[in-house]
Amino acid sequence: MIQFNEVYKRYAGQQEALSGLSFHLEKGEMAFLTGHSGAGKSTLLKLIALIERSSHGQVIVNNQNLGRLPKWKIPYYRRKIGLVFQDHNLLHDRTVFDNVALPLIIAGENHREIGRRVRAALDKVGLLGKERSQPLALSGGEQQRVGIARAVVNRPPVLLADEPTGNLDPLLSEEIMGLFEQFNQVGVTVFIASHDQELIGRLPYRRITLKNGRLASD
Amino acid sequence: MALMNVDNYLLRHAQVALASLGDLWRQPLASLMTVLVIGIALALPASLYVLQKNVEQLSGQWQQASRISLFLKADVKDGRGQQIAEQLKSWPDIKKVAFQSSAQSLQEFRDLSGLGEVLDSLPKNPLPAVIIIEPVATATANQAHTDLLNRLEKLPEVDLAQLDMQWLQRLQKLNETGQRGIAVLAAMLSLSVLLVIGNTIRLAILNRKTEIKVIKLVGGTNAFVRRPFLYTGFWYGLIGGIIAWLTVLIALLIISGPVNQLAALYESQFSLHWLSGTLFIALPLCGLLLGVLGAWLAVGRHLSAIEPS
Repeated sequence: MIQFNEVYKRYAGQQEALSGLSFHLEKGEMAFLTGHSGAGKSTLLKLIALIERSSHGQVIVNNQNLGRLPKWKIPYYRRKIGLVFQDHNLLHDRTVFDNVALPLIIAGENHREIGRRVRAALDKVGLLGKERSQPLALSGGEQQRVGIARAVVNRPPVLLADEPTGNLDPLLSEEIMGLFEQFNQVGVTVFIASHDQELIGRLPYRRITLKNGRLASD
Repeated sequence: MALMNVDNYLLRHAQVALASLGDLWRQPLASLMTVLVIGIALALPASLYVLQKNVEQLSGQWQQASRISLFLKADVKDGRGQQIAEQLKSWPDIKKVAFQSSAQSLQEFRDLSGLGEVLDSLPKNPLPAVIIIEPVATATANQAHTDLLNRLEKLPEVDLAQLDMQWLQRLQKLNETGQRGIAVLAAMLSLSVLLVIGNTIRLAILNRKTEIKVIKLVGGTNAFVRRPFLYTGFWYGLIGGIIAWLTVLIALLIISGPVNQLAALYESQFSLHWLSGTLFIALPLCGLLLGVLGAWLAVGRHLSAIEPS
């Protein structure tokens, strides 16, 4: 599902963020990406989400070589990738419902379908009663769950998360991880960047560790 | 299914259009300032255009009344003068001919000037006989009159053919200059409308930077991001255009009273042309075109700079 072949990434005027990285994530797999800050975790996820492009080497997602994807096709590609961020990236001037509905509105879904799917996604993350709330009225854990609902609402085959539990206490973090496991169980490929070794250690999933932009262990 | 997508697409457009109108409504003061600036900028050239059209109409009326005076040579007898006048009546581009002998000319001058005694003291009548010609009115009056004048001047008995129209030509040239000036002014003010809208949209884009980034992250195309801003420009332009129209009408309402009184004093058939119908179409249309164009330029310039990182 996600395949890196000898991938290099160098930002202008800086040393290499990723060098010679190769790995393969199977369809339906769940894996963690770990390493110290600055090891290249975020860069790796950005390459998958096409926020950045690799300087060298191939990134293949869902049988698509991202190096060959023209710029105008990027939005359509991103609709098949669910993204979860540490700081949620919610829009504070809209209700929870409207935040979750955004990817469906963008994709041009009809009104009834949007309502149905948004409620299903909110139900999944346990926030069905909060659809009319403003994001800022919710707790950090709840906001993160809104972010997850938004990431999965158009049923992407791949779910990427960058430090999704970074700001949460251990109990809430475990709840969030539980959600990711549920999505993985229905066939979604889940790839989570996290430096929370304790949390990851308790979970039985593959771990890809980066060190200075290189693969340290897999 | 395809049909449903089109429906969704149109529905989406209607929603965005309404939402951007709602956004303007939620910031009434800022929006009002912007549409007023646009309105006034459009009203200025439009008012001048109405003024210029009215002057044109007025000079058109006067053009009908132009005359040619044919001064005959001093040695041409009155009988010969009468003859020429009769011949000229058959020319197709001449409507009316009147002969005035040198004696009649003298009498007329005496009556008008009140210099009777001075004239009596002159040894002989210094005034020539005149044939006064009213040309047929045509659409290209100016050219036709000049042609006629040239032919009349070639008659052997004619000393001088004069078209009493030089001042009319000057007025016409003045009018043309005015027309050109208005066009230049309109272009400059249109540019300023473009800049006002562009700048307003630029600020709106900067205000919604986070939103734009998030939309791009969840798969929003550039067209999707652009759309609300284009509609914002659309509304600014349209409402500005309507304000411009109202401004012109109010300005005309204010000056119409004195203008009509003035026309009455001159016993003129002149009545103020409001051009309200033309302007009602033209001003909002110009406004919304400038609005969308200004927004398009601003969005094109600033949107590509906002990418998720």
